[in-house]
Amino acid sequence: MLIDYFDFNNNEGVYMVNVRLEGVSFRYLIAKNDVLKNISLELHSGKLTSIIGPNGAGKTTLAEIIRGFIPAYFQGDLRGKLYFDENVISINEENVAEYSKKIGFIFQNPFTQITGSTDSVFEEIAFGLENIGIAEERIIDRVSEILRLTNLSELKDRNPMDLSGGQKQRVAFASILAMDPDIYIIDEPTSQLDPASTEEIFMIISALKKMHKTILLIENKIELVAEYSDYVVAMNEGEVIAYGTPQSVFSSERIKDTDVEIPVYTKLFKEMGKTEGLPVTKKESISKLKGD
Amino acid sequence: MNFISIDSVFFEYDNGYEALKNINMEFNLGEKVAIIGQNGAGKTTLLKLINGLNKPSKGNIIINKVNIKDKTTAEVSKDVSYVFQNPDDQIFNNDVYSEIAFGPKKNGVKGNSLKKIVYEAAELCGLTDDLKKNPYDLPYATRKFVSIASVLVMQSNVFLLDEPTAGQDKIGIEKLQKIIDYLIKKNKIVITITHDMEFVVNNFDRIIVMANGQKIIDSNKKEIFWDEEILNVARLKQPYISSLAKDLGVPGQPITIKEFIKQKSSDLYA
Repeated sequence: MLIDYFDFNNNEGVYMVNVRLEGVSFRYLIAKNDVLKNISLELHSGKLTSIIGPNGAGKTTLAEIIRGFIPAYFQGDLRGKLYFDENVISINEENVAEYSKKIGFIFQNPFTQITGSTDSVFEEIAFGLENIGIAEERIIDRVSEILRLTNLSELKDRNPMDLSGGQKQRVAFASILAMDPDIYIIDEPTSQLDPASTEEIFMIISALKKMHKTILLIENKIELVAEYSDYVVAMNEGEVIAYGTPQSVFSSERIKDTDVEIPVYTKLFKEMGKTEGLPVTKKESISKLKGD
Repeated sequence: MNFISIDSVFFEYDNGYEALKNINMEFNLGEKVAIIGQNGAGKTTLLKLINGLNKPSKGNIIINKVNIKDKTTAEVSKDVSYVFQNPDDQIFNNDVYSEIAFGPKKNGVKGNSLKKIVYEAAELCGLTDDLKKNPYDLPYATRKFVSIASVLVMQSNVFLLDEPTAGQDKIGIEKLQKIIDYLIKKNKIVITITHDMEFVVNNFDRIIVMANGQKIIDSNKKEIFWDEEILNVARLKQPYISSLAKDLGVPGQPITIKEFIKQKSSDLYA
C-alpha cells in the first residue's frame, strides 16, 4: 500500500536514479587535512547503502556532498566527480533548491530539523508540501496517509516542540516522506528512538527500497545495518576501508583493529573461535548454529 | 535512609496530559540505574522532576533528607546534575573550555584548581584536544560529551544522563562506560535513560522499566529481558544474544556473549 500511495508525482512510472561518486576528496576551508580522501561509491535505486564508521570518519560530510550543501553552502576544496543518472553535476547556490526536491535529507539531530514555526504535527508534516504549492486537499490526504504509515496519527494535533525526542525524530522522518523524493539521505534516523520505533523506521526504509528509491543511510546500530542493507561502506579517518555486502565488509580484514563496530552475531562467532563464514544477522547465526 | 525517595509522584502538563502516574522509587549513593521504556513513557519528565526543573503535581521527592518541593531548580542542582537529551539545549559558551569551566567558576572555583577540574573532566570525556574549539564546530555526539563534562565538574551527588548513548559510536560508548564507572567509584548516583539495550546489559544491574507514565518494574536484567509480558507492555526488545538464544532453545536465559557460549558448550556436552 505504501508503494501505491507513493506513486504521487511519478506518473511516468518508476523513476530510476543512480548516484555515483568518483574520486571525491574534500577539505574544509581553514582545515589542514582532507576530511574525505578519494571516495568512490555508487548508490543504486531500490537499494539501501549504509555508511558506518566512528564519529569523525567523514560520514556526514559525505552526505552533505551528495545533497549539494557542500559546495553550495559549506566552502572548501572539493575534488572528484558527482554523477546523477550518469551525468556529472555540480550543485551550487542557484540549483541547490532544485536538487533538494530530488533529495530528501533527514538530519541527524531532529531538534534541528523541526521547523519550530508550526503549531501541530500535522502542519509540520505539511510544511514542505505547502512550500512547493501543492493543492490543499491533496496536502490533507497525503499528510493523513503519512501520519498513518508512521504511526503518528495520535500526535497530529500536538505541538511538535512539546514532543519527546523520539517523537520529534519520527515527525522529522515523516515530513521528508511527505515530499516523496527520489533519493533519501538519512543521517542516523533512529538515534533517539526506542527499539520498537527503530524497527518501524527500518520497515519504512524497506518499503522505500521496494519503491525503487535510492537510499543512503548513516547509522551506528550495526545489527540493523547488517540486516537491512544491500551494501555497506565502512569509513575510517576520511577513507573508505571496506565496501561491499554486509557479509564481506564485516568479515573484512581491513576493519580489524579499527573503531568500526561489527554485529554482535559476528562477535559471538569470533569468540567461539570461528574465522570463516562469519554470520552478520540472527537468521544466519541460527542456520549456522543449527548446522553445528 | 535513601538518598533519593520518590513518593507517590504524579505529574500533569499544563495542557492536562498526565505524564507520570504514582511513581515510587528509591536511590542510594554509589548506585547506577538504567531507565528504559518507549518514547513518551515519561522517562525525561521523571528526570526533570528529580532535578527540580518541574515540580510534581502530587506526591513528594526527598533528596538528601530535604523535600525539594519548595526549593528552586538552582538549589536542587547543587545535589543533582542533569545532562539534557539535546546537548544544544545546554551549551552556550564559545569554546569548550569556557563551557566546562562555567559552573565551577560561578561557584567561586578559580586559578589552578579550576584548571585542574576542567582538565580532568575534559580528559575523561575525550575532549583534551578540543578545549579551544567552538562546541558547535564539533559533531553532535562530541557535543554530548561537552555537556557531560560541564556537569561532571559540578561534583554533585546525583548525575542524571538523558540518552547519552544516542548517536554514539563504539568509542563514545566506551567513554560513557568509563565516565559512569568513575562516578560510581566516587560514590555518586548515576541514573541513565537509554534505548541501547546492549549498553544496558553491559553496564547496569538495576533497571527500571517505564511505560505510559508508570513504573512497570524495578529489577535485574534477567528478570526483565526474559519476561515477555514486560517486554510487550513496554515495547522493549530482548538483547540480540538473548533473542538468538531463545530462538535456538539455548537454556539458562543468557544475556551476554560469554553466558551464551557457556550455555552452548555445556549444552553440547550434556
